[in-house]
Formats: sequence, C-alpha cells, structure tokens
Amino acid sequence: MIETIDPGQVNWARAQFAMTAMYHWIFVPLTLGLSFLCAFFETIYVRTGNTEWKRLTRFWMSLFAVNFAIGVATGIILEFEFGTNWSNYSWMVGDIFGAPLAIEGILAFFLEATFFAVMFFGWDRVSRRIHLFSTWMVAVGSNLSALWILVANGWMQNPIGMRFNPETARFEMQDLWAVVSSKVAISHFAHATSSGFLLASLFVIGVSSWFLLKGRHQLFAKRSIAVAATFGLLSALFVAFTGDEHAFITVKTQPMKLAAMEGLYEGQVPTGLIAIGVVNPAKKTGDDQSPFIAKIEIPGLLSLLAHRKFDTFVAGIDDLVWGNPEHGVVGVDEKIRRGTLAVTALADFKQARKAGDDISAQTALTEFRQHEEYLGYGHLQAPADAVPPVGLTFYSFRTMVGLGTFFILLFLLFLYQSARHGLEKNRWLLKLGVISVLLGYIASQAGWIVTEVGRQPWAIQGLLPVGVARSNLDTGTVALTFFIFLALFTTLLIAEVKIMAKQISLGPEGEAS
Amino acid sequence: MIGNLEWTTLQQLWWLIVSLVGSLFVFLTFVQGGQTLILTLARSEDEKSLIVNSLGRKWELTFTTLVLFGGALYAAFPLFYATSFGGAYWVWIAILLTFVVQAVSYEFRRKPNNFLGQRTYEIFLLVNGTVGILLIGAAVGTFFTGSNFRLNDYNLVQWTHALRGLEAAFNPFNVSFGLFLVFLARVLGSLYLAGNVEDEELVRRLRGASFNNLLLSLPFLLFVLFKLVTMEGFAIDSATGNVSLVAGKYLENLLAMPLVLVMLLAGLAFVITGVALNRFTAFRRGIWPAGFGTVLTCLAVFFLAGYNNTPFYPSRVDLDSSLSIYNASSSHYTLTMMSYVALLVPFVLAYIVWVWRQMDARRLTIDEVRGDKKSY
Repeated sequence: MIETIDPGQVNWARAQFAMTAMYHWIFVPLTLGLSFLCAFFETIYVRTGNTEWKRLTRFWMSLFAVNFAIGVATGIILEFEFGTNWSNYSWMVGDIFGAPLAIEGILAFFLEATFFAVMFFGWDRVSRRIHLFSTWMVAVGSNLSALWILVANGWMQNPIGMRFNPETARFEMQDLWAVVSSKVAISHFAHATSSGFLLASLFVIGVSSWFLLKGRHQLFAKRSIAVAATFGLLSALFVAFTGDEHAFITVKTQPMKLAAMEGLYEGQVPTGLIAIGVVNPAKKTGDDQSPFIAKIEIPGLLSLLAHRKFDTFVAGIDDLVWGNPEHGVVGVDEKIRRGTLAVTALADFKQARKAGDDISAQTALTEFRQHEEYLGYGHLQAPADAVPPVGLTFYSFRTMVGLGTFFILLFLLFLYQSARHGLEKNRWLLKLGVISVLLGYIASQAGWIVTEVGRQPWAIQGLLPVGVARSNLDTGTVALTFFIFLALFTTLLIAEVKIMAKQISLGPEGEAS
Repeated sequence: MIGNLEWTTLQQLWWLIVSLVGSLFVFLTFVQGGQTLILTLARSEDEKSLIVNSLGRKWELTFTTLVLFGGALYAAFPLFYATSFGGAYWVWIAILLTFVVQAVSYEFRRKPNNFLGQRTYEIFLLVNGTVGILLIGAAVGTFFTGSNFRLNDYNLVQWTHALRGLEAAFNPFNVSFGLFLVFLARVLGSLYLAGNVEDEELVRRLRGASFNNLLLSLPFLLFVLFKLVTMEGFAIDSATGNVSLVAGKYLENLLAMPLVLVMLLAGLAFVITGVALNRFTAFRRGIWPAGFGTVLTCLAVFFLAGYNNTPFYPSRVDLDSSLSIYNASSSHYTLTMMSYVALLVPFVLAYIVWVWRQMDARRLTIDEVRGDKKSY
C-alpha cells in the first residue's frame, strides 16, 4: 500500500496537527462557553430591561469576538490539514469522515456566521427579541459545530458503521446513524463542550475577580461572578460525570489508551488505581522493570471504575501487547500476524484484478475478509509500536482530573461567597480565581492530550496507523509548514492576548473605573 | 426516495451542489474585492472604516462558504480532496494562509494594543483579496489545464512537480482566470459597497470603480474564453473509461450542453448589466444582477469542467489518473445520506436572506460606525 514510511515526515505531520489543534483548542472552549454566558446575560437584560445587564453583555461579547476571530482562523487550517498532511487518510476514510465535516458547515457554521453579525452590529438594527434570538443562535451554532467535529473525532476513536471496500481500497459508510449516535461520539461531545462551559466560567470569574481586586466595576463583577459560578458549578459536575462515563466506554473501545492513562502494565483481579505516581521512564513493555518509581495506589478502584464491579480484570499494556489467553485478550503480536495476512491478501486481490484473474481475486478476497479486522496492524513493525507514550498520557490524565476536582470546589466557594456578599473580603479567593483561568486552559489541553496521544499510533483506531494515513510529502516540506504555522499562530496569539488585556483593562463601556 | 437514485445521478447531483456552493463563494468574494478597495479607493480614515464595517458584516458568510465548499468536496469527492490538497500542497497552503490572516483582521484592525498595527491588518486584507483570489483562480484553472500527479493502485497520490501546485500560477490560462476573478471580485465589491453605504462622495467613486474594474477584467476574460474554446481538453471515453486529449473539447461541451452556453453568456450579460445600471443610472443595487450573473457564469464553468464525460481534475502526466465525478466520488450510500442533509440548504438560505434583509434595511453611515465603540 505504502512502499516506504518516512517516520521523520510522519512525526512532523503529527506535530503540526497537534500544534494546530492545541492552538485551536485555546480559543474554542471559550467560544463554546462564553457564547452561552452572553446569551444568559442578555436574557436577563431582556427580561428585566435593566441596561446594566446590557452593558455587561456587551463587555463579554467584545471579548468573545476577539477570541472568536482567532478560533475561526485556526479552525480552517485544521479542516484542510486533513487533506494537506493526511491525504491518504482523506481518501481511505473520506467516505465516512467527510460527511460530518460537510454537515457541520451546513448546519452549524452558517448559523454562527449569519447571526454573529446581528449579535455584534444589530443592537440598533433589529428588535430586542430578535437580537436575543441571534445571540442564542450563535451559542447553539457554536456548540452544534462542536457536535459534528466531535462525531468525526469520535468515529476516529471508535470506527463503526462502515466496511472496507477492496475494490476501491477504502472504508465506506454503511450506517450514518451508527456514526452519529456512537456512544464514544456522544460522550466525547458532552465532555468536551461542558469543559468549554467550565473554562468560560473560569474566564469570567477570573476577569471579574481581577476587577474586584482592583476595586473597579464591582457591581458588574459580582453579577458576572454570580452567573458564571452557577454555570461553572453545573458544568464542572457534568464534566466529572461525563468524564467517568467516557473512561468507562474507553475500557471497551480503546483498552490500550486506558492502560496508558493508568500506567497499567499487568492487569489483575481486582486492579488498583494509582492516585499519584512517578512513572518509570525506562520501563518497556515485556521487561521486568517496575512501571513506577513511586506511587500511591487505591486497591481495586480501577476495576470498580472500569467495570462498575470490584472483582474484575482490567487489561494492562503487557496483556494487550503480548496477549492474555486466561482473560481472552488477543495480543498485538497475533494481530500483526493476521494484519499482515490481510495486507498481503489485499495486494494479491488488486494484482489479480489488474490481471483479470477472477478466480485468484476471489481467493484473495476470501483470505482478506478473514483477517480484515486487523488490517491496520499489518502496517505495524513490532508489537511495542501499538503502545502510546505512557508518561505523557498518565500525567496529563491526572492533571485533568485533579484540576477538574479543584474547579468544583472553586465554583462552590465563589457561589457561597457570592451569596453571602463576601467576595471582596476574601482576596485570597479572588487571587485564586484569577490564577484559575490559566489552570483551566492547562486542564483543557491536558484532556485533549489524553484523548489524542493516548490513541497513538492510530489515526483510525485499530484500522489505520498514522504512518499510512500521511501525505506523500518530504520531511522538509512538512517541517517548513510546521514552523510557518507556529510563527503565525504565535503572532496572532500574542496579538489576541494583548488586545484582550487592553479590553479588560478598559472595562465595560460607559462605566467609570 | 433519494436512495433509489442511480449512483451516477447522485454523482451528477453532487457536482451540481458543489458547483453551486463554489459559485456562491465567487459571488461572496465581493468581500475580498471590497478589501482591496480599502487601500486603493478610500481617501480618509472614515471612508476606510465605512468600507471595513460594511464588509465586516458579511465576511464570515464568504469564509463559511469557502469552508463548506471544502467540506462538500471532501464528503462528495474525497479522492479529489485527498489528491489536490495532499498533492498541490503549496498552492493550498498559500491560499489558506491568506484566509487565516483575513479572519483576524476585521476584529483586530482598530483594537488598541493590537501588536501588529492597523496598517498590517489592512495589508492582510489586501493580500487575501488579491493573492488569495488569484491563487484560487489558478487552482480552479487546473480543472481545464490539468495537474501533475499520478495515483497508484490504492489511489494514493504522487505529485510529480517540485513546486507542488504553485506551478499552476505560471500557466497563462490559470493566471488569466485568477486575475479575472480578482477584478470580478473588485467589481462585485464596488457594487456591494455602493448599495450598502451612505456616503455620496464614496459612492460616486465606487460607481466608477465598478466600471473601471470591469474594463480591467475584460482582457483576462476574453483570453480565458478564447483559450477555453480553442484548447485541447481532457475527455473520458465512455466505453473504456480511458482519458485522452481531444482538440476543442470544451467547445464541444458547450455545444453538447447548450444550456451551459446560455448560462455562460447570460451570466456575463447580467454582470455587465449590473455594472452598467450602477454606473449610468441612479440604481444602487447592481450587486444583485451582477451577483446572479456571477453565479450563472461560475456554474457554467464548473459544468464545463465536470459534465459530458470530462474529468474535472485531469492529470497531465498520467491521463488515466485523472479524476472525474464518477471515479472520485463517495459511495452511493454516503451521497444518498448527504443528499438528505442537503435538503436543509433552502432553510439555511432562507434565514441568511432574512438576516441580510434585517441588517441591511438601512444603509450604513459613518455616524453609525463612529457611534458604536465596538465597530471594526
């Protein structure tokens, strides 16, 4: 299929995609959450008629707009990078993957783009109610676009509803509903969007806390905090719930990712959960070294979380790589053997078709169908290739979960102090609120690192490794575009942060500082 | 219902849909054309602001239509998406870069502490409106002049030219097509602005600009049309599926599809009418006849490239690697499902029209721009 795989080029393409996605995800969660917060604020304004709420809405909208613009800029690169850097992927799964992207454009992007203009420039051009409707449509559109892109991403994590067509040498969709309603996609969507709500709430609280620390715009800040802390708390609880559900599904769909998240090499009955640990960087699958240099383990908890039963087996990396017949786990080594047979049979089929030899083609096809489930494994060189970077996945997961738990407490504290009018007296809490904006971004990025690094080396889980998914480009070309995008995105990020900081320091329009 | 349609019918239907989205995009490049007027036509900061704020209410529609164009091509013709984006790498990267910088420029341009300065963002808008549109034109030009790629047995692309797509910008036909689109965008931009802003002196110059840019576009248009009817074209043998070069193929297509010929000529006539009405009468809504004409013309161009046994993305180096709407498309199932989704498009168009009418019920004045602290 691919004669030679240049690992250097593949790694630059991975780095470029990771960099673009990480930049994009700086802006997207704020868009997802702030759009709803603006809609809440404006709804209060329309219901009460109090123009203070209008001013408050307009202030947060101005920050939303700055953030939205750069989110759009990074988003277009992400969409087209599937073609530029991953063209084999685009052909091999485009029959399935293209549909959610197109639907995203039709159903979500136009909603955002059309009503965005009304939201920002329609205050004096449309009625109050139409304006409010437009603000809600921007929020709905933003989150609908997240739905479709996460359906696409969910399908990459758990490919269902399709079949490989040897004639065209690609995967073809059989059931769109299965793709859209996949448990992975839905839990992915619920978890990612609610984490966006959480982050936006932290952002509003952080900026408002800064105003309170400076003794500026106090009523404005307290009102913003009251709404954001409520929204943030509900979101944080939902993030925790969907996170647990997501991990529960991952056990079944991506057991290797779960094992990497937990640094688990040898599964046991029951399996404990490492609450805190230092991963042994020298540890390799199959060797005798301990996976951890230090750890605090809670016995049996991982079994409980993974299977909702204490007395159950959770497969570790070694079980998955080398197989564990006792627990019915087929090892990567066996999957590679069968995957290689599938790749060879496919080549034979294509050859026979070309030669017009229908009998040989049929024989090769029968052989291919027996092993096609493991087609992707046929491109791996060694069993250990199926193991993602354990340390990065393990630490990122703990960072995300730890901070997520902290945010629940933080929102509770802000809500409590907000209710008893004690925010100004607790300056430590306000300072924590300001710092937590950064922590929110760290948690958000860590979540995506778990999702994406944890599924390496797969572009499509189990079916298409990144080495095959790439474009036919030389290493220098991809490295060059990596640095072009890095320079461009960094420049635009600096501009965005400077503009945001200035807008925040200026405060709400028409209000004396 | 849709599922009962033949695969070939669905493939033709999706070429129609993709062509329509692409044509609407070209109409909406009045935004890009308008951007090029900021530095060349505006004579004061107020005029600049008026232009930017008028376009700023529409730029996202153009941007989104481009994204949808890409998404629809991906969903309906994934082999084209894979071949062109992964193969003609540099031309697409260059186009994308101009749209990345456009996306931030409206919002960032006049914001205090914007790091790069107002002038830089205005140059970004100019680059998007010139280089971006020129390269899109050059890329679409390759639908007729061909590209340098080979596909292997697994349909994986190998590009055979070192410039990886940028070579398209050195072909006279492609460049002329691109320059025609640049001037057409300026025509449309002038027409849109003339109808959207309230400033007598600026509108007077916009009326002139629409006419002058139409004149500037004519040499390139005539060259493109002349080449189109005289050049060798790529043809698919309907019996064998093999691709060959045929003299006068696109002229043959025009004659075989007289409706396309009518669309092409009527489209150009509508554009000229829109400009003439704008230039020589008090009529200020020239954007609508010209926009309609643009859509008709572009549809005709896309139909010429994709219908009547013509590969829409031909390969010059390996004719049989050429992509047609039949060998590059998604499966019957996917096209069927996408067709159901496309039934929602009229609804989307309806709310866009409704919002457009709400927002443009009265023309934009400099007082309104000055009075809004959140204006661009």
